[in-house]
Amino acid sequence: MAESEYVIEMLNITKEFPGIRANDNITLQLKRGEIHALLGENGAGKSTLMSVLFGLYQPESGVIRKNGQVVRISDPNDANDLNIGMVHQHFKLVECFSVLDNIILGVEPNRAGFLQKKQAREKVVALSQRYGLRVDPDAKVEDISVGMQQRTEILKMLYRDNEILIFDEPTAVLTPQEIDELMQIMKNLAAEGKSILFISHKLAEIMAVADRCTVLRKGRCIGTVNTAETTMEELSSMMVGRQVNFKVDKKDAQPGEVVLDVQRLTVPSKLHKNNAVKNVSLQVRRGEIVCLAGIEGNGQTEFVYALTGLEKQSAGTIHLCGKDVSHAPIRQRSKDGMSHIPEDRHKHGLVLDFTLEQNMVLQRYWQPEFQKNGFINFPAVRQYSDRLIEQYDVRSGQGSATVVRSMSGGNQQKAIVAREIDKDPELLVAVQPTRGLDVGAIEYIHKQLVSERDAGKGVLLVSLELDEVMNVSDRILVMYEGEIVGEFDPKNVTVEELGLYMAGAKRM
Amino acid sequence: MKKKTLLQSSGFVTLFASLVCIAIGLLFGFLVLLLLGGDKAYSDGFKQILLGGFYMMPSGIGKEIVTAAPLIMCGLSVAFAFKTGLFNIGAAGQYTLGAFGGLVFALLLHAPWWVCLLASTVFGAIWGAIPGIFKAYLNVNEVITAIMFNWIGLYGCNTIMYGRGTGAMYNAKQSKTFAVTGDSLIPSKLFGWDMTEAFGYKSCTIAIFLAILVAVLLYVVINKTTFGYELKACGCNKNAAKYAGIDEKRSIILSMIIAGALAGFGAGLYYLSGAAQWIPGDSTALPSEGFDGISVALLASSDPIAAIFSAIFISHISTGGGFMNASLFPPEIADIISGIIIYLCAFSLLFKNLIVTLFTGKRKKALASAKTDAKTSDGKEAQ
Repeated sequence: MAESEYVIEMLNITKEFPGIRANDNITLQLKRGEIHALLGENGAGKSTLMSVLFGLYQPESGVIRKNGQVVRISDPNDANDLNIGMVHQHFKLVECFSVLDNIILGVEPNRAGFLQKKQAREKVVALSQRYGLRVDPDAKVEDISVGMQQRTEILKMLYRDNEILIFDEPTAVLTPQEIDELMQIMKNLAAEGKSILFISHKLAEIMAVADRCTVLRKGRCIGTVNTAETTMEELSSMMVGRQVNFKVDKKDAQPGEVVLDVQRLTVPSKLHKNNAVKNVSLQVRRGEIVCLAGIEGNGQTEFVYALTGLEKQSAGTIHLCGKDVSHAPIRQRSKDGMSHIPEDRHKHGLVLDFTLEQNMVLQRYWQPEFQKNGFINFPAVRQYSDRLIEQYDVRSGQGSATVVRSMSGGNQQKAIVAREIDKDPELLVAVQPTRGLDVGAIEYIHKQLVSERDAGKGVLLVSLELDEVMNVSDRILVMYEGEIVGEFDPKNVTVEELGLYMAGAKRM
Repeated sequence: MKKKTLLQSSGFVTLFASLVCIAIGLLFGFLVLLLLGGDKAYSDGFKQILLGGFYMMPSGIGKEIVTAAPLIMCGLSVAFAFKTGLFNIGAAGQYTLGAFGGLVFALLLHAPWWVCLLASTVFGAIWGAIPGIFKAYLNVNEVITAIMFNWIGLYGCNTIMYGRGTGAMYNAKQSKTFAVTGDSLIPSKLFGWDMTEAFGYKSCTIAIFLAILVAVLLYVVINKTTFGYELKACGCNKNAAKYAGIDEKRSIILSMIIAGALAGFGAGLYYLSGAAQWIPGDSTALPSEGFDGISVALLASSDPIAAIFSAIFISHISTGGGFMNASLFPPEIADIISGIIIYLCAFSLLFKNLIVTLFTGKRKKALASAKTDAKTSDGKEAQ
């Protein structure tokens, strides 16, 4: 019976926004107990579709059926009543509450208005043991790791007896170890009869964990495939609409003179009393991509902060093109040829409430080209911004006048990349430039990095993704606990070997 | 289609939302008057509020203009700080210092009016700088510092001016400072047109035009210059500003200095017009202009040009409040009305969506776009 096979069916869903059809006749059928991946580029309509399922949007046409019965979901409460739960990409937790308080928030067990936490705790502990979700119920959310926060979100759904669990890009914020753990948890959940919708654009994860996969492109449903019968290549060409090169095409590096020379750099930590960066020396030459690899939190962030001038080092020198910039202000380093694609695009990279054009000139608005006697030359700014948008294919609703906050993450990142590369730097510092992007955008940004290298610039790439480290770099430096513990040629090292150095098991 | 584009232009919708707030505020004020005065609510109260200065031509207009000038400046002070991500609740203290500085130069040094006005501006700027410095270097919230410095400024100035009853600026007979006279008074003649005569109100000077001029200047600075760009970038995202090589500490301090200068300038406009004399004995009250500035800025959505109109409006209803039959209605009714309007301004986003809905008649679309606004991460998908 079809009625029992599918737990949720979204049939022929169409959702329009002014000027765009975000979902065009999409059909998605979720079987009971399966892990169903929803794959698509940034802006393909995944989030819109899930918002329809979650009752945040009403579709123009199409029906939703649960267990074969047509249901109306007009707000998230309806979704909750139908046992649909969602882990959002950005967690919705109360930071200063404990894990337990967060889990019961909204459905607090009480007797005459008095909280009955004891039974809640028993239920939470039972659930966490049953599904292998390690949490400390009494820890405050602000003190726990991102992985544990996510497990808290999952427990929130389970506590509400949700049957259909939606994971919105759950791995974007996790470390590789945490990702493995999450994959196992998802498999456990499916084995216990929960049905999982897994939104992602990471192909390897989909292949590893999902049973079936529905691919969206530009608001249309391209098809649903069994992951056992497909390949990553096929999925990615379904998603992007063309063949995607996983291997980055590049010639051998031709390192030239030294662009960046860092000697014995030490940076204090803000989190603990030890130094975050200890006595690090490294060089970047023209025409090479040097990759600083490592697990998150091993001093890479602080190293980049000191290098770019966002924070002060306690010892050590930095020379850029032979010039001592150890204590130079940020603007000076920028003028001397340093470009910086920052790790956190929302914190450092963009002024979200500014328009795209205002952000495009964030590093250059003071140049004679864009101002005269302190007055901004608006036509010049618009022209420049339009050129970058065109050249770097930055997509937005209203072009240069779009408020950046309303743009998709991928296009925000492209805007930063455009701005920093177009500055024509001598040294490009790129920190996790592809974080959270889809394969098409990743391929594009990797190409840009390589072409900068080929144009004779020095590139310092800081990355947590081993694939990126292996594919893009010409030289790999591994950072562990604030020190450089190994230097490799990507051709002569395996991922496993690198992993040992990154985890601190081996050092040179 | 054209009508729709007009309605979708955010400026129009913002203006309309403000007008709706005003209408509801007035309606509520009328209800209060009805409760207090029954059938006389309109003839002895509401009519005066609506007419404002026009109730007593032409001196009423003169009074309205005179009170509007410092309000514009305090509104600009708060609005400018808002634009740069700061909440300048210290406008009252900066205003006090501005009055003090102007009076010192006028009463003790008998300096020409523009020197006195400059002194007001500088004194206000210094008082604004202090919370800015605390914020920039010690990360102390500017609201806390500004509130404390409001009182430090008030008591400090009062103590000096009063001087145990023998202060050089203090006229013990009237319990006020001496009146500003001669060259220290801001001129009332503009290109041969005597405003004092025209309106029959003695302290009507060119102050209002100076205030409007500053508002226009400020608009240009905020929207057209790299300096304004830097300050706004700092206000919207301090970290990104720092990343772009903008000295964010300097920006914070400069923002507060300018905000303070604007409030101080406003005090100069008022006291150097001879509109009032300072009462040092009245030491428990901060000048209300400083706090009304917050109302002006909110009603104007922090736009410098709109601040001119919102200040004139608030001056209008409070002037009108003064003309009401005092035996029936307390003049503070005008404050109630402006209070409600400001309160409603907080809901202006709601009104904006409502307006779009009403006019286009497409509820769904408005809702969708409202949701797109609210849920930005999903909105981007739609684009």
